[in-house]
Amino acid sequence: MIALVPLFPLAAAAILLSTGRRWRGASAGWLASFAVAASFAVALAELSSLLSKAAPARHVITTLYRWVAVGGFSVDISFRADPLSSVMTLVVSGVGLLIFVYAIGYMRGDPRFPRFFAHMSLFVFFMLVLVTAENFLLLYVGWEGVGLCSYLLIGFWFERPSAAAAAKKAFVVTRIGDTAFLLGILLIWAKVHSLDFEVVFHQAPALAGGTVTAIALLLLGGAVGKSAQLPLSTWLPDAMEGPTPVSALIHAATMVTAGVYLVVRAHAIYAATSAGTEAVALVGLITALYGGLSAIAQDDIKRALAYSTMSQIGFMFFGAGIGAPSLAIFLLVTHAIYKALLFMGAGSVIHGLHDEQDMMKMGGMRRAMPLTGVLWIAGAWAISGIPPFAGFFSKDEIISAASLSGHTVMWGFALVGAVLTAVYAWRATFMTFFGETRVEREPHESPAVMTGPMTLLAIGALLAGLLGLKATGGVLVRFLQPVVGLPPQAGQGLSESGLTVISTVLALVGFVVAWFVYGSGRFDWVALRVRLAGLKRAGMSAFYLDDVYATVIGGPAKLAAAFTAFAIDLRIIDGIVTWMARGVGMAAVYGRRVQSGLVRTYALVFLVGVVGVLWYVAVKI
Amino acid sequence: MIPAATLPHPPLVFGPLSPELVLVGAGLLVMLIDALRPGNTGRFLASLTFAGIVAAGIAAALLWNWHGPTLVLGGMIAADRYSVFFRLVILVVAAIAVVLSQHYLERSGEYRGEYYALLLFATAGMTLITASADLIMVFLALEILSLSLYLMTGFSFRRLASAEAAMKYFLLGAFSSAFFLFGLALAYGATGTTNLAGIATRLLFTLAPTQPRGVLLPSPALALVAAAFLGIGFAFKVSVVPFHMWTPDAYQGAPTPVTAFMSAGTKVAAFAAFLRVYTVAFGPLTNDWRPILVVLAALTMVVGSVLAIAQRDVKRMLAYSSVAHAGFILTAVAAGTAEGVRDAMFYLAVYAVTIVAAFGIVMLVSVRGERNLSLDDYRGLARRSPFLGGGLAVLLLSMAGIPPTSGFVAKVAVFSAAVRAGFWPLVLVAVLASVVAAFFYLRLIVVMYMREPEVAAAPAGETVLTRLAVGLPVAATVLLGVLPGVLFDVLAHPSVLPLGGFGFGL
Repeated sequence: MIALVPLFPLAAAAILLSTGRRWRGASAGWLASFAVAASFAVALAELSSLLSKAAPARHVITTLYRWVAVGGFSVDISFRADPLSSVMTLVVSGVGLLIFVYAIGYMRGDPRFPRFFAHMSLFVFFMLVLVTAENFLLLYVGWEGVGLCSYLLIGFWFERPSAAAAAKKAFVVTRIGDTAFLLGILLIWAKVHSLDFEVVFHQAPALAGGTVTAIALLLLGGAVGKSAQLPLSTWLPDAMEGPTPVSALIHAATMVTAGVYLVVRAHAIYAATSAGTEAVALVGLITALYGGLSAIAQDDIKRALAYSTMSQIGFMFFGAGIGAPSLAIFLLVTHAIYKALLFMGAGSVIHGLHDEQDMMKMGGMRRAMPLTGVLWIAGAWAISGIPPFAGFFSKDEIISAASLSGHTVMWGFALVGAVLTAVYAWRATFMTFFGETRVEREPHESPAVMTGPMTLLAIGALLAGLLGLKATGGVLVRFLQPVVGLPPQAGQGLSESGLTVISTVLALVGFVVAWFVYGSGRFDWVALRVRLAGLKRAGMSAFYLDDVYATVIGGPAKLAAAFTAFAIDLRIIDGIVTWMARGVGMAAVYGRRVQSGLVRTYALVFLVGVVGVLWYVAVKI
Repeated sequence: MIPAATLPHPPLVFGPLSPELVLVGAGLLVMLIDALRPGNTGRFLASLTFAGIVAAGIAAALLWNWHGPTLVLGGMIAADRYSVFFRLVILVVAAIAVVLSQHYLERSGEYRGEYYALLLFATAGMTLITASADLIMVFLALEILSLSLYLMTGFSFRRLASAEAAMKYFLLGAFSSAFFLFGLALAYGATGTTNLAGIATRLLFTLAPTQPRGVLLPSPALALVAAAFLGIGFAFKVSVVPFHMWTPDAYQGAPTPVTAFMSAGTKVAAFAAFLRVYTVAFGPLTNDWRPILVVLAALTMVVGSVLAIAQRDVKRMLAYSSVAHAGFILTAVAAGTAEGVRDAMFYLAVYAVTIVAAFGIVMLVSVRGERNLSLDDYRGLARRSPFLGGGLAVLLLSMAGIPPTSGFVAKVAVFSAAVRAGFWPLVLVAVLASVVAAFFYLRLIVVMYMREPEVAAAPAGETVLTRLAVGLPVAATVLLGVLPGVLFDVLAHPSVLPLGGFGFGL
């Protein structure tokens, strides 16, 4: 049954790609939404079928087909239904469905409306393949597929040079990570002689320590690229050139969290190497802080959200790295909900302001767009980790787990990250929806087809925290236990309630700071920008990482490319090829003269062949 | 007087011959109807022919799970999955050829009733040869298919090229048949039997001499000469250099649907017999015949690929390409392993479907008769007719062996079989020949996609049926390129190897 889940979006994509122009009006969007809804329904059915089994028996492998069998190498097209893939399919198809419906409103009137939904459906197909694959190669197919769709959708408005450049940048930068991932897969094959999860994870603890660490780091390389973590983070802010529903679906809720999924799925490998897990935790923590600091300095509402996504995924990596993979998935689920909500809110504002993204030209929007304002605030509550919204349960549990597992120093830095989260979330809120209005054109509220899905997500942002409520024993964590085990339990350091109080207080501190600076009206934050211009510029450009890359890597690479292109390729390699091609051409011209058209010549050549064969036989005898 | 009961009487089991019986029956029916109702349009007879081929296909498919004796009719016919596989490939080709022929003959006004009967008889010869377990039967089937094809090649006899092609094909064909027959006689002389498995048994007997007294000693040396002559006969049929000279002229001169039919069907049928005779009857001499096949394979690939470059006529270019492909398949045969046989089977199935559709598209581009065959006529085809241009591009990419098409998988399989048999220098030649070959395939694609048409040519006017006839093979080309396991799974079973080869079935 799990194999059915990706099928519907694929069918929708195929239909829309082949007959796109015939779908008038919004019909293409409804077709695609219907397909995703069907996937969601199947995913729900799969969930109930899993729940009807005893917890240790909750994994079903469906092999459709022996895909490749060359020599000793064989890979199946096989899918895996277990708690982890079940949660992931529900997130992808559930949040995906709401974003699809929203996009019907957002993309209305676009001349390439059907193509947009074709690419979106194709993306959902690949994403579902990614999270349901039972072996690394099929996962890699999904992985590359979502990368392709991301490229296509970032550059959806390819008439804009900035969009085309951003699409290319996203593709190239993630490709660096993908190469590491592929090397990791090859290393797994070389050492284990199988790519099936069952086999690989079973044998992972028995591998040599250095091998496991190498595999873990290579897989992490792939995850870092896809999830925009340091040092491959630079593509995500630029990816905001894509339509806002794309940002919500691909660059917030699903694709960018694929790296987290990979690390969690392969946690058996990471469990066998402390260096690997430490690397995951460190990458995550540094990115969480880096993304948070950069987000505070952004003026473009979507770029602010992009850095926020980077930071939140950093927390997920951090969770997976400190031995709490189920909490990482919990944060992934809640983040998918509230970040999609925030992006939709941003999209709604942008839509209402006729494609204005600069927060400096917003302000006071809650009066013109009351519903959007309320829904956005729900998302901001959720992300900043203030009870009772979802982020409180998920993010703070990861931070607590850091202390419980003895990572005290990292715990301290993670708390700083929590403060930053609250600050940038409320900064954006106050700049956009409160205070004096700075708009240049009259805003309008968005249609119901957009606010409807947002309302549902806001309810989700409120309720999703219940999945992790301690009183119920953490439904999600227990559900995921057969796959990834339990997060660290109380025992070391502070008590759990104490930890919760600390992080909640810090989140509130962040809120108060943001309110004092941007919301109270008692502080001239515009003057602050001028006074701290250098710092502001640094944060705005995410601490000049792009420029560093361009100088240190881009410059020498271009020189080397020019040298190989014009000195080596054009003169030497191309020269040899040209010379050989001329030789073959001459041979052809002379060779065809034998084909005289006369039967006697043909018979003679035939006879020469006979003599040759007989000569061989005579020598042999 | 000998009492009747003591006469040797082989049990008559006709089941394994059912596809041929259906085909020949349909052929006779077509002749009869044509004689009784002269002046019909041919549409009815074409549908009848198509139905006969489908019925034969069903009969062949049913033989896949044949539980009767494996050798029937006095050891003449083998009832194995090897023959079923090749029969199905040939019948698919024939079915496509019927659709193409009907289209061609109706437009060129050259339709005469005997055409479909000839096509059915040729098909029957092709399928019969795949099941022949005795050299006599192989020869018989070879002649059935050859004679029908000589006539079909010259079917447009008012066109000089067609008559000339038929004449050349016939003369050289007779020449090669003589060699084949000579080899048959020598094989009998060397071993005292014409039965394929029998020849192998006797050869093994000699090579491991523990024979009882009084048995006629077979001669391996004479058997090798026999193998050489039989091989020359097959090499002619499958267009191995230097026995290939007829191919370009015949392919170019024959009516295009006939070219499509024979380029695919003859090659598959003759290779099926080639593989069976060499691996079953002369299996014990594998190490002796391998080197000569290696040399011929290398020669064929290089000559076919290089000479194709110099061609400006698309049919002639594809003819040389088919010569080169014979070399690639021969590479797998030369490996002399069970793996090589499987990979050759895969390659043949892929090649047959690709080439029949490629000539089909060439026929549709011609619109009527033999026009628009020059490379220049293909300028901008992709823009004039995206369906024909795109389809031909996919087929050409497959022939060049570029993923994700089936041709790529087939080439990889064939090359890996040869490498595993230790013939890496041959594979090196094969790879270089593929590079040369890629040039003229890609040149045609460039012409179709990147050159402006000189005149806005008339639409090709293809019908739904012809669209299907060339479109389905194109789809299969991509499908088998992405999911080659579909076919490899079928071929993985040991029972698809020829009966008696590699110790199987004896």
